[in-house]
This record gives sequence, C-alpha cells and structure tokens, in this order.
Amino acid sequence: MLKIEKLETYYGNIQALKGIDIEVSEGEIVTLIGANGAGKTTTLMSISGVVPPRSGKILLNGEDITGKAPDEIVPMGLIQVPEGRRIFPDLTVSENLDMGAFLRKDDAQIKRDVEYVFELFPILSERRNQRGGTLSGGEQQMLAISRALMAKPRILLLDEPSLGLAPIIVQQIFDIVKKINEEQKTTVFLVEQNANLALKTAHKGYVMETGRITMADTCENLLKNDEVQKAYLGM
Amino acid sequence: MSDTAKNGLSRYITAKDVKRSAIMAVWFMFLTFPIMVIKVNTVTDTVEWRWFNMLIIGVASFILSHVWKLMIDRREGRMADAVSSSVIVEKKTLRDRMEEKPMIKKVGSLVILVIAVLFPIVTGMYQTSIMITALLYVVLALGLNIIVGLGGLLVLGYIVFYGVGAYTYALLNYHFGLNFWLALPLGGIFAMIIGILIAIPVLRLRGDYLAIVTLAFGEIFRIVMENWNGLSFGPSGIANIPRPTLFGLDFSIQQSTTLTYYVIVIFVIITIFIVRRLEDSRLGRAWVAMREDEIAGEAMGIDMWKTKLAAFALSTFWAGVAGVIFAGKTTFINPASFTMWESILVLCMVVLGGMGSIPGVISGALIITLLPEYLRAFSELRMLIFGAVLVLVMVFKPEGMIPAIRQKYEFKGITGNKNKGDK
Ligand SMILES: Nc1ncnc2c1ncn2[C@@H]1O[C@H](COP(=O)(O)OP(=O)(O)OP(=O)(O)O)[C@@H](O)[C@H]1O
Ligand SMILES: [Mg+2]
Repeated sequence: MLKIEKLETYYGNIQALKGIDIEVSEGEIVTLIGANGAGKTTTLMSISGVVPPRSGKILLNGEDITGKAPDEIVPMGLIQVPEGRRIFPDLTVSENLDMGAFLRKDDAQIKRDVEYVFELFPILSERRNQRGGTLSGGEQQMLAISRALMAKPRILLLDEPSLGLAPIIVQQIFDIVKKINEEQKTTVFLVEQNANLALKTAHKGYVMETGRITMADTCENLLKNDEVQKAYLGM
Repeated sequence: MSDTAKNGLSRYITAKDVKRSAIMAVWFMFLTFPIMVIKVNTVTDTVEWRWFNMLIIGVASFILSHVWKLMIDRREGRMADAVSSSVIVEKKTLRDRMEEKPMIKKVGSLVILVIAVLFPIVTGMYQTSIMITALLYVVLALGLNIIVGLGGLLVLGYIVFYGVGAYTYALLNYHFGLNFWLALPLGGIFAMIIGILIAIPVLRLRGDYLAIVTLAFGEIFRIVMENWNGLSFGPSGIANIPRPTLFGLDFSIQQSTTLTYYVIVIFVIITIFIVRRLEDSRLGRAWVAMREDEIAGEAMGIDMWKTKLAAFALSTFWAGVAGVIFAGKTTFINPASFTMWESILVLCMVVLGGMGSIPGVISGALIITLLPEYLRAFSELRMLIFGAVLVLVMVFKPEGMIPAIRQKYEFKGITGNKNKGDK
C-alpha cells in the first residue's frame, strides 16, 4: 500500500532522514518507534507532503506521490494526524469534524461518518458544541483522530497519539485504533515513543535512530529482541 | 455561583484603593506640570504659576482612577463568572435578539439605506465630502479585514494598494485620457496584480515577519513614488484628475461630489454583499482553517497556498478600486496620501471594530474617520480624546466594539436541529 524507498529529507543543511525504507501493506498496523529527535515526525511530514523530501521515492498503491502537495495526497486516501493534535481551538467539535471532510462533497455519507465517529468516541458526541480548545488532552486526541477519519482515509498516519496522556486513556485510544483497523479495514502507520504499547498493538515495527532505520521485524520478534528491550522497553 | 454583590458598585473601597488612586493623582499632577501649571508669558517675560489647574488635575485623576478600577473589577467579575459556570449560559445581546427577529434586521437595514440615500440631499457638500472619505475607509477596512480578520494574516502597508489604484487612474488618465468608469475595474486589477506579486515571496512568512515585510513594501512604494519623477511626478504629485461624471456631461463640483458619494455607497453595499458570500463559501472555511491552525488545515488537504493567495488578491482588489474613487474625489494625489500612518489607521479600524466582523469593521472605520472630524470643536484636545477612546475600547472590549459572531460551519446533519442564522 505504502512503500518508501531511500527517503532523504533536509531542514536547510541538516539532514533529518538519511535514506530510509519502509513498507506498509494493506490492512496492517505498522509502527515506527524511536527516541526523541530520531526523525519520526519528519518521516510522516515527508510522506504527507507537508515537508517535501529531497530524494527518494514514496509510492502509494504503486503511484509515485513524492513531492506532491498535501491537497493532492489527501484525496488519494492518505491522511495524517499531526503531532500535538492541532485541533482548531476556536471551532466546536462538530466544526472540527466538518473541516476534516473539507474535500468531500457527499453530504449524506459525511453525516453517516459523523455518526460513526460519535459511536467510536461517545464523549465527543456529548461535547459536540464545545470549543476544541477547551477539550481535555485525551478528548483532543480523540477529536484529532475523528477529524482525520472524516476525510475517509484508506491509510491513516498517526503521530504520537499517546503524547501527554494518562495510561488508561492511551489504552482506550489504541483499542479504538485497532477497532478502526479491523472494522474499516483502514491501514495504520503509527509513530510512537510508547514502544511497549505500540508494539503490542501493531503487526510490524520499525526502529529508527537519528535518521536511519536500524531494525525492522514483526512486533512479536521486536518485543523479544534484547536491544529493543533494553533501549525502548526499559527492561 | 455568581453573586452580584462582589462586582458592581456595592464593592467597598479599601484603603489600598485610596492609596493607589492618590499615587495616580500625584503622578498625573507631576506629568502635566509643565503644560498645565507653568505658563510663560512671552510678552512680559514672566512666568505664571497656575496652581489651580494642578488641583483640578489631582482631583480629576483621583476620581477617574477610582472609576477605572471599578469598571475593571466589574469586567473581571463578569469574566470570572463566565468561566466558573460550567454550563455556558450565553447572554443575549442586542444583536442576538436581532438575529432572532429578522424583521428588525430588515427594517434596520432599510432605515440605514434610506438615510444613506438622503444624506447628500439633506446635508451640504461639505458633509457629503466628509462622508465620502469615511466610506472610502469603510471599503479599505472591509478589504483589509479579508486578510487580517478572516485569513488571520497580519499585513501592514495595506495602503500601498490604495495608492496603486489611485495612481492607476491618475496616470492612465494623464497619458491616455482614460475615464473614471474604466479606471475603476482597472485600478482594482492593477492593485491585485501588485498584491499577488508581493504575496508570492512573502507567503511563507507568518505573524510578525509578514507584518514587517509588508510594512517594508509599504515604505518602498512611497519612496519610489516620491523619487521616480518620470513615472509619478514625485512629491509634487498629479493634479487635475477629473471627477467622475455621467454620459460625458459637464458636472458642477457639487454634482460630481454627489455622484462620487453614490458610487461609493453602491460600492460599500457590493463589498458587504461579497464579503458575506465569501465568509460562507468554501474559501471562507479554508480561511477559518488557515487562521486557526495552518498545519492542521494542510493535513486536511486544504491548499494553503491558494487560500492565502486568494485572501491577498481579493483584499488588494478592494483597495485598488477605493484608490480610484479617492483620486476622482480629491482630483490631486501625491505620495503623502499613502504613508505608513494610513496603513496603521486602517488596521486600527479593523481591530477596534472587531476583526472578522462586518458591522464591527464598518463602525470602526466610521468612528475613526468621523470622530476626529466632529471633534474639531475641541481642536487642541482632539487627538487626545481620540487616543483615549481607542485605549478605552481596547481595555473594555478587547475583541472589538462589535465582535465577530463565530461562523457556524456545520452540515445540517451534524447538529441536527440547529439552523444557521439567515443570511
Ligand atoms: N522545522 C525544523 N527545522 C529544523 N530542524 C528540524 C525541524 N523539525 C525537526 N528538525 C530536526 O530534525 C530532527 C528530527 O526531528 P523529528 O521531529 O522528526 O523527531 P521525532 O522523532 O519526531 O522526535 P519526537 O519523538 O521528539 O517527536 C531533529 O534533530 C530536529 O531537531
Ligand atoms: Mg515527533
């Protein structure tokens, strides 16, 4: 579904990605773990077209999307939930969801999708007229994911959904990500610092260190791996 | 939760307040000492000491300081109440009631329209001329509001585009005898082209940086116009620009002024109508996203580049058209009409009136242009009162005199029973 080959991205003269290869197959949950500053966010930003890569290739369903702008990539079904949630603070929950459906015109289906995300996150339904900026961190993350779902993703890119949230909320959100993956057959590419939970949720995992992929395996194997246990699982 | 006793007049005045006000009074007496107390009589070469003035200032600042404190407390009390009540009870403002009863709104608009139409007939040419200037600023403020209020981009130096419009008419008329009516759209288009050319390199910037760069462009425009004698005739400007007429007839100054007045009134109405439409359009929604969070908007697939460019293009078009009308009204333009001060004044109108709010921006523009005009009676104190009004509005109504009603962008399905107020 998504294939990344030798991707290199720079911020000015600083090279943030030093040629990475990642492959995500249809229907999978794939996770990318790594320490702060490893380049995880940069990877997502490059894929979604917000930060254009300097070289390498990004293929979405076989089509080359390298260097395309986000407004061309979003209609192809690749949606990113940016790091730090980035809710529209002055818009209500409903209005935020509506923004997620910006490029869509099928009003009837949009209505059904709203019902669906309200089913996934009933708390959002209660808060539908509350301003996004006044939601709690957990609610904001739920809203960010819901807003992305409103764009009808075939592949969803999540950037650290666990950031700053209590373990119980994180668990809840990960369960729902799993549910979306199973029910909607949405492919998920999950960037995380919370390696333990990410590896337990996903099928496949990549480990990133300072702009390079250092390990790639099934999550089962990664959980058993000594180095991963020492560096990311604190064992 | 809300007990009215703690805010409002029933609050006790404490010793601390008295001390504070006393310090304030002394400070003001000290500040105004050189101008209010000392008076040098240049004829007899003596110094008059007007101690009585000092007393007045002391007492006045003491009292005003109390009033000020009380009003601030009341405001904060209100805000605290609003925060502490978990269920947000929205207070009904006059405007909400108006929204509920479209009849009032319609009648109100009609009354304003009738007043606007009758204005030049009832009042004289002098008043009409003042009103034209005020309405020109209304158009400018509404135009700038597209970028600043709707798009959330801070742009200074907006007056450049007004200048481009004015020079377009003046020069095309001078060289090719182009008439006012043809210049009207051309001035807008020219300003728009310049606007887009300036926008392309600066669109990557945000906030303060964008403000500084656009400010610089504003100054560049003025300096170029002052020095490029071959093009703009420098500081001496261009005179004898024809006033607008109809059907090639010869109009008296009075007739032309009246015509200009109606042109600008119609243009204001068109502007309001189009800005309303824009707010409700997809582009309007994209502007909301841009104002709220650019990266999130981008992640939703909104083309931020086009969105910004559209804001610039539309906004500068209005300024250009207004510039043509300005040139036709004054018959003389030079770079001194397009200084940074003018840009800042227009920005003040937008901020003071209420960013993003059409009625707010209009009243902001009218007040800022008309207040100094009608305060001429108090000639010396004019700018002082004007400044005080600005400060007061910003302290007590930081969102502007008539804050924007938050646009509701919802599909009928999401909220079900809630309709959008009629537009
Ligand atoms: N806008 C930027 N300009 C310059 N350098 C940047 C920018 N954004 C990120 N970087 C640098 O690129 C590198 C990778 O950053 P990135 O945000 O991708 O890390 P990350 O893995 O997402 O980290 P975290 O887990 O803390 O979010 C870092 O060294 C960072 O300083
Ligand atoms: Mg990151």
